[in-house]
Amino acid sequence: MARIVAGVGCSHIPSIGAAADKGMEQDPYYKPLFDGYGPARDWIKKVAPDVVILVYNDHASAFSVDLINTFVLGVGDTFKPHDEGYGPRQVPDVIGHGELADHILESLIMDEFDMALANEMTVDHGLTVPMTVMFDKPDAWPCKVIPLCVNVIKYPQPTGNRCYNLGKALRKAVESYPEDLKVAVFGTGGMGHQLQGERAGLINQEFDQHFLNNLKDNPEELTKLSHVEYMRDAGSEGIELIMWLMMRGAMQSPSEAYRFYHVPMSNTAAGLVCYEETA
Amino acid sequence: MDKDYDDIPGTYVFDTKRCKEGFHLNKFCKSLDQAENREQFRANPDTYLDQYPMTAEQRKMINDRDWLGMLQVGGNIYYTFKLAIFDGLTMQHVGGMMSDMTVDEFKAMMLGGGRKLEGNQSKKQNQGGS
Ligand SMILES: [Fe+2]
Repeated sequence: MARIVAGVGCSHIPSIGAAADKGMEQDPYYKPLFDGYGPARDWIKKVAPDVVILVYNDHASAFSVDLINTFVLGVGDTFKPHDEGYGPRQVPDVIGHGELADHILESLIMDEFDMALANEMTVDHGLTVPMTVMFDKPDAWPCKVIPLCVNVIKYPQPTGNRCYNLGKALRKAVESYPEDLKVAVFGTGGMGHQLQGERAGLINQEFDQHFLNNLKDNPEELTKLSHVEYMRDAGSEGIELIMWLMMRGAMQSPSEAYRFYHVPMSNTAAGLVCYEETA
Repeated sequence: MDKDYDDIPGTYVFDTKRCKEGFHLNKFCKSLDQAENREQFRANPDTYLDQYPMTAEQRKMINDRDWLGMLQVGGNIYYTFKLAIFDGLTMQHVGGMMSDMTVDEFKAMMLGGGRKLEGNQSKKQNQGGS
């Protein structure tokens, strides 16, 4: 039987990927960040997931204003990095797990989560930066990845509660897959930040700390946060944190193996949590 | 109808209305994620822009590189940022230009922990209202 063994909450700030790609990890601006990622990289090596379900958002890359889906599951076998304006990141292609993804898709829809599916799509920094954060720079990624793409750009985004419940349904889907597989769920984006408008650069460390302090033991309290609370208090782009709630929903009794928080990275607060399933 | 998020200062929530208003502007920006489009736009910006039926105001915002103005006519930052990348700018440059700061001032603000929530939470509160 497949099992969810770990969860990760992780910012996916593009400049982290750019710094890694240019080999700038020892640069004084980036060093504290990459030093902070070290223990998480050691930890994930021990966890050694066979598959990562990576919850992220697309930033006007694979998807455009033509068609906006709330939830998209990548059921294809290969996902190539998108050209976000600088040429595609020179990172390995993401190899999917089509069979498990098909199973998850069917299970979620039967559970009344009406997912869209992508047989083919490119993936942007939302997906590739967390891979870099956790796995550094291998020649090939050490696990398969099922992308789960959430609309967090166009209002209204799904509620945090919806994401949390979808996480629970993900768990049920994984646990009903017959093959023995170790699965990790990554919830990415955040933490507090605002990229747009006169309020650009807003960071609310108190909000972020409250989120980090409650995610493990009081996730239900966080699911009550409204759209306007996220946008007003965490910054308009801070609403990406709903994707961390999907990861939390997929965990039953997590213990916290590691936590790291760093301000600033570019215009953003970078956060990282590593959870192990104890159930 | 007034939305609760309209009270957030300096923030242009990309809702359905803005998404429709900015459709062609955002489509133009998005097109710059292909190298051949970037080459065409660089070679002949006006001809390239003609493919996207924007309003005269939207086109002016693009030509003026008015990053804040683009948001006010339906642009979304993830889309407009593709034009900024084309120009060789970073998010700090754009953040500074949208908030009337130099890039160095903006970077310094970020190193100091970012823009504070205090005084930036509510238009009503800032006006001393309820
Ligand atoms: Fe994002």
